[in-house]
Amino acid sequence: MIAKFRNWIDERYPATKTWEEHVSKYYAPKNFNFWYFFGSLALLVLVLQIVTGIFLTMHYKPDTELAFDSVEHIMRDVSWGWLMRYLHSTGASLFFVVIYLHMFRGLLYGSHRKPRELLWIVGMVIYLTLMAEAFFGYLLPWGNMSYWGAQVIISLFAAIPYIGEGLAEWIRGDFVVSDATLTRFFAFHVILVPLVLLGLVFVHLVALHKVGSNNPDGIEIKADKKEDGTPKDGIPFHPYYTVKDLFGAGVFLFILFGITFITPELSGWFLERANFEPANALQTPPDIIPLWYLTPYYSILRAVTYPLFGVDAKLWGVFSMGFAIFLFFLLPWLDRSPVKSIRYRGWMFKTALTVFTVSFVLLGYLGTKNPQAIDLFLFTNLTWAQIFYFLYFAFFLLMPIYTRLDPVKPVPDRVTFK
Amino acid sequence: MIRLIISMLLLSFAGNVFAASGASEDLDSVYVNLDDRKSLQQGAATFANYCLSCHGIKYMRYNRMAEDLGISEDVLRENFLVGSQKPSDQMDVTMSEEDAKRWFGTAPPDLSLIARSRSPDWIYTFLRGFFVDDSSVTGWNNELFEDVAMPHVLYEQQQNFEPEEYDSLVRDVANFLVYVAEPVKLVRYNIGILVLLFTGLFTLLAYLLKKEYWKDIH
Repeated sequence: MIAKFRNWIDERYPATKTWEEHVSKYYAPKNFNFWYFFGSLALLVLVLQIVTGIFLTMHYKPDTELAFDSVEHIMRDVSWGWLMRYLHSTGASLFFVVIYLHMFRGLLYGSHRKPRELLWIVGMVIYLTLMAEAFFGYLLPWGNMSYWGAQVIISLFAAIPYIGEGLAEWIRGDFVVSDATLTRFFAFHVILVPLVLLGLVFVHLVALHKVGSNNPDGIEIKADKKEDGTPKDGIPFHPYYTVKDLFGAGVFLFILFGITFITPELSGWFLERANFEPANALQTPPDIIPLWYLTPYYSILRAVTYPLFGVDAKLWGVFSMGFAIFLFFLLPWLDRSPVKSIRYRGWMFKTALTVFTVSFVLLGYLGTKNPQAIDLFLFTNLTWAQIFYFLYFAFFLLMPIYTRLDPVKPVPDRVTFK
Repeated sequence: MIRLIISMLLLSFAGNVFAASGASEDLDSVYVNLDDRKSLQQGAATFANYCLSCHGIKYMRYNRMAEDLGISEDVLRENFLVGSQKPSDQMDVTMSEEDAKRWFGTAPPDLSLIARSRSPDWIYTFLRGFFVDDSSVTGWNNELFEDVAMPHVLYEQQQNFEPEEYDSLVRDVANFLVYVAEPVKLVRYNIGILVLLFTGLFTLLAYLLKKEYWKDIH
């Protein structure tokens, strides 16, 4: 009966074929470690954000007079509304945690290298799109930080010569952040950007399944196949990685629920105090800072304080910020090492990646602080940000040199469990 | 190497969380306890009697408060509702914004979310920070909030009570405002513990399932 039904479907739609090609007979390397949970977890958070987002949309009002009230209405009067809201706000931050770890995995094991350049680039476009999604969503509660954050970020576009002012006005739909801005950001946040994201994620997966997954050894498992044509070091994605990812999802959900139920503000890192006050055009919050996932770039923006070649500092800052993200796209070609995985790289790349990671994290930290204060030691936050600014760019721009000079180790023929 | 990177990441994150929680002002810390129903009821009473005439808590409804804090409908009608107010009404001020501006120079802010936008410590420090200042319009000034437009509403209590009694009164108000800022906080932790237990059990089973499937992979 069931077999008959399946046949009926398969004659009209490639259901079994698709399932086998992408799940039950999709061969993945058998030596995935901790770092390989984050792809599937990103997909899980995406679903979480869409589902909780749908419920929030049912009760939220995109109107400057009503938006803030409607969020409190969700928090108090809507059954389980508070849960949807906290899951959505916690999920947003955890989305970036997962994505950053997913990207870091790529750096560790050379997942951006040939033949996965396009996969990496699509991933980077997803990352950019996600930043846009977060930025648009952040305005919707219409808190004071929402308002001023949007004001500051949009004004960055105004720094672009000639077209800047007009561009900023075009984005806002007004001379200041207003109702016109809120309604369009609502449209972008709930329809446009999620649609783009879903499309990109689909392309990301298609690209992945074309080239196959990389692994912690950076070895191409397709190069060594059994007689039946399946890779010797590969195992079917289902059931092996579906059950493994189920466990990963459990651990992730434990963390998600832990934050959501016990400490949804996470000391101001996920929900800021200033955003519990309604937007007020006459009262600027003490410090205008974006949420933590954008602060590394915010730090880079603020680190540039000198005009150079007749171009003012703000424009250099905006340019640096854009360039800092753009460099990720070039990574497959900047990296000249004969090996992919950090396991077989020499001390140069290991040092460079460590310095870069520390710089990125500390730039993020400094982005949440007053530039003139001293929160690390010895120097002001601004001076530290300027130091890490150079280290950040040095990691990328010197990469063609140090990856070539790096004393690499021999790569084994088969994958290993380490 | 990888372990080093992970531990550094974790360390820096932990450092971040620690740094972010530090307040910028010197505040006296107040003991907030939402399980202390007596304190919440006292705080509600004090707030209704001394604060609510100027400061609304408009996101709060009388009947929700009564239900959450165990206040009977009779007590609610007798002590909290005035005039034609209904139990389902929002706890807002009756004073018009125009009048408020005329009398105080600025409209007193709604305090529904003050415990979240400031902090309970801030409320506690503020309400204990009034001092006599002849140069100000109201005759009062505040150590935490310089030249505040608000007069010292609880001055009779501060004058007649023992200092510990006054601190306790103010603490109850801060405690109550923590509840008002997020009523669901009363149940959030308890539900959370159950959800975490369930998720933990699920994760354990998922782990065992994974181990069973993977026992032949070497």
